[in-house]
Amino acid sequence: MANHSEFPLWEVFIRSHGGLNHKHVGSLHAADAQMALEHARDVYTRRMEGVSIWVVPSTAITASDPADTDPFFEPARDKIYRHPTFYDIPEGLKHM
Amino acid sequence: MRDFLLLLADNTQILGHRLGEWCGHGPELEIDMAMTNLALDLIGQSRNYYQYAAELEGAGRTEDDLAYLRDAREFRNCLLVEQPNGDFAHTVARNFLFDSWHYFFLQALCQSNDERLAAIAGKSLKEVTYHLRWSSEWVIRLGDGTEESHSRIQDAFDNLWTFRGELLTPAPFETEAASAGYGVDLHAIRPLVEDRLSDILAQATLQRPEDGWMQSGGKTGRHSEHLGYILAEMQYVQRAYPNSVW
Amino acid sequence: MSTQVSLEERFQARIDAEQKIEPKDWMPEAYRKTLIRQISQHAHSEVVGMLPEGNWITRAPSLRRKVALLAKIQDEAGHGLYLYSAAETLGISREELYNELLSGKAKYSSIFNYPTLTWADMGAVGWLVDGAAIMNQVALCKCSYGPYARAMVRVCKEESFHQRQGFELLLTLSKGTPEQRAMAQDAINRWWWPSMMMFGPNDSDSPHSAQSMRWKIKRYSNDTLRQKFVDMIAEQIKVLNMTLPDPDLRWNEERGHYDFGAIDWTEFNEVLKGNGPCNRERLAARRKAWEEGAWVREAAMAHAAKRQQSV
Ligand SMILES: [Fe+2]
Ligand SMILES: [Fe+2]
Repeated sequence: MANHSEFPLWEVFIRSHGGLNHKHVGSLHAADAQMALEHARDVYTRRMEGVSIWVVPSTAITASDPADTDPFFEPARDKIYRHPTFYDIPEGLKHM
Repeated sequence: MRDFLLLLADNTQILGHRLGEWCGHGPELEIDMAMTNLALDLIGQSRNYYQYAAELEGAGRTEDDLAYLRDAREFRNCLLVEQPNGDFAHTVARNFLFDSWHYFFLQALCQSNDERLAAIAGKSLKEVTYHLRWSSEWVIRLGDGTEESHSRIQDAFDNLWTFRGELLTPAPFETEAASAGYGVDLHAIRPLVEDRLSDILAQATLQRPEDGWMQSGGKTGRHSEHLGYILAEMQYVQRAYPNSVW
Repeated sequence: MSTQVSLEERFQARIDAEQKIEPKDWMPEAYRKTLIRQISQHAHSEVVGMLPEGNWITRAPSLRRKVALLAKIQDEAGHGLYLYSAAETLGISREELYNELLSGKAKYSSIFNYPTLTWADMGAVGWLVDGAAIMNQVALCKCSYGPYARAMVRVCKEESFHQRQGFELLLTLSKGTPEQRAMAQDAINRWWWPSMMMFGPNDSDSPHSAQSMRWKIKRYSNDTLRQKFVDMIAEQIKVLNMTLPDPDLRWNEERGHYDFGAIDWTEFNEVLKGNGPCNRERLAARRKAWEEGAWVREAAMAHAAKRQQSV
C-alpha cells in the first residue's frame, strides 16, 4: 500500500481550565499543522479537557537520553538546601 | 412557529443522522471522530428545537414523538440534508453548502425576538462556526489537493448545487416567521452566503457551478425518495414496538 | 553476551521495582515484540469493535440513546487511536499495523465477530463486553510500559460511562413491556459466553502468560480476571431481574466466589480461526473504509505539501 499518503505523527499538549502548564496528552496523525490542531480538538478535548492546544511534529522533539539519567538528574538529589524544609525556623513563626 | 421550529429541528436531525452513518467508516480515525463530533452537535441542536416545539404544542408529546412518529410528508427539512453521503467529497460538499448557510442563518437568528430561540441559536452558532471551518478547509484541501480529489469534489458540487437554492428560498412559514420577528430574513443573509461560497470555492480552485434550476419542496414535505429510507431505519424500533419506553 | 545478560537483568530489576519502561530505554527484543503484538491487537479490537455497535446508530430508538451510542462508539475510535500511538512509540507505523489487520495477519478480539441483532444488544454489549474489557484495562493501567499504561489510564477514564449506559439501557428494557424484557434476556443469553471468552484461554492453556506476567505487561491471569467478572455480573443481573445462561452458576460460600460452568472453547477456536458469523464482514468493512479513504489522505498530504511550498 502507498506509504506517501500516511499522515505524519504529532504530539499534543493541552492546558486545562485550571491554567497550569501545557501537558503532553498523547499523539495523533494529521497532514499539516492546521489539521493537527483540529484533530487535537476533536480527539483530546471532547470532555472539556482544555482551553489551549499546542501541536508539535513528533520529529521535532529532542528527548534526553536514558543513558544520561545519572549525569542529568542525580546531581540535583543532594541539593536539599533548595527546598524550604531544609531551614529551621521557630515554631511560632507564621506565614513563612 | 411550529413549522419553523420543525424546519430547524429536522434539518439538523437529518444531517446529523447522515453524519452518524460515517461512524466507523471514515477515511482515518481522526476524521472519523471529527465527523462524529459534527453529528453529535447537530443532533444536540435538533433536540433543543424538538423539545421547544413539543412544549409549545402543550399536548404532552416529547422530542422523540416528534422525531420518531411523524411520517416523511410531515418532515420540514431541506432536500440537501437528506442527500446520501456518497464519497467523502460529497459529504464535505453537502456539509459545506449547509454550513455556509447555517452559519449566517444562526447569526441572524441570534437576534430573534423569541428569547428561547435566540438562546438556542447562540449556543448552536459556536458549534456551527467550527463546522463551517471544518468543511471549508476540507473543500480547499480536496479542491487544491490531487487531480483525483479535485475532480471528485467538483463533481460533488455539480451534483448538489441544485439543492442549495432551497436553503435561501423562504417557505410561507419562514416569511411569516421573519415578519413576526422571531425568524430570519433569508434575502438579507443571501449576499453573505454567496460571498463565502465564492471565496472558499476560489481558494479551492473549483468552478462555481451555474445557478440553474433549483430543487425545492423539502420544507413543505415534498421530499426526495431518500428521506423515506432514512425514516424507515430511524423510526423502525419505535414503530415496531409502539408505546414503549427506551 | 555478558553485557546482554546484565542489560536484561537490569531491565528486569527495574520492572520488579515497578519503574516504567519508556520508549528510548533499552528493552529485550522479545519484550518489544510482545508489546507490539498485544497493544496492536488491543487497538484493532477497539476499531473493529466500532462496527457491531455502529450497526445500530441509525436505528437508535430515542434521541438520548442515539447521542449516547454515537459518543460511546466515538470513544472507541479514540481508544484505537491512543493505542496505535502507544504501539508507534515502539518503532512501527500505524499504517504497518493497519496492513497487518487488513491482511488478516493480526488478531482482534473475537467478540466483535458476533452480530448485533436487536436493540437490546446495545445494552448487552455495553454491559457485558465493555464490562469485560474494563476488567482487563484497569489491570493494564499499571503495566510496565509507560506509553501503554498512560493510554490505558485515559481509556479507563472514558470507559466509565460505557458500561453504565449499557446497563441503564437494559434496565429500561427490563422494566418495559414483555417484548422488551424478552429482547433483553435474549441479548444477555447470546452475549454472555462470548464475553466470558474475552479473557482468553484458561491459565493452564495460556502459553504467553508467564513471561508477560514477569514483564508486568499482564498483571493478572486470565482466570483471575474472569472470576472477578463473573462475581460482578452475577450480582448486577439481580437488579435486572434476569438470568445468565449458565445452569451451574451459583455462589460458593467456601471460595467466596461464584462457581460457573465450563466454557465451550470449540466455538471460540472456530471464531478465532475466522469462522465466526461476521469475521469476513468486519474485515471487509475496515478494508473498504481504508481503501476508499486513500484518495482523501493523499489529497490532504498533497495539499499540505503545496501549502508548505507557498510559505
Ligand atoms: Fe474502548
Ligand atoms: Fe468501551
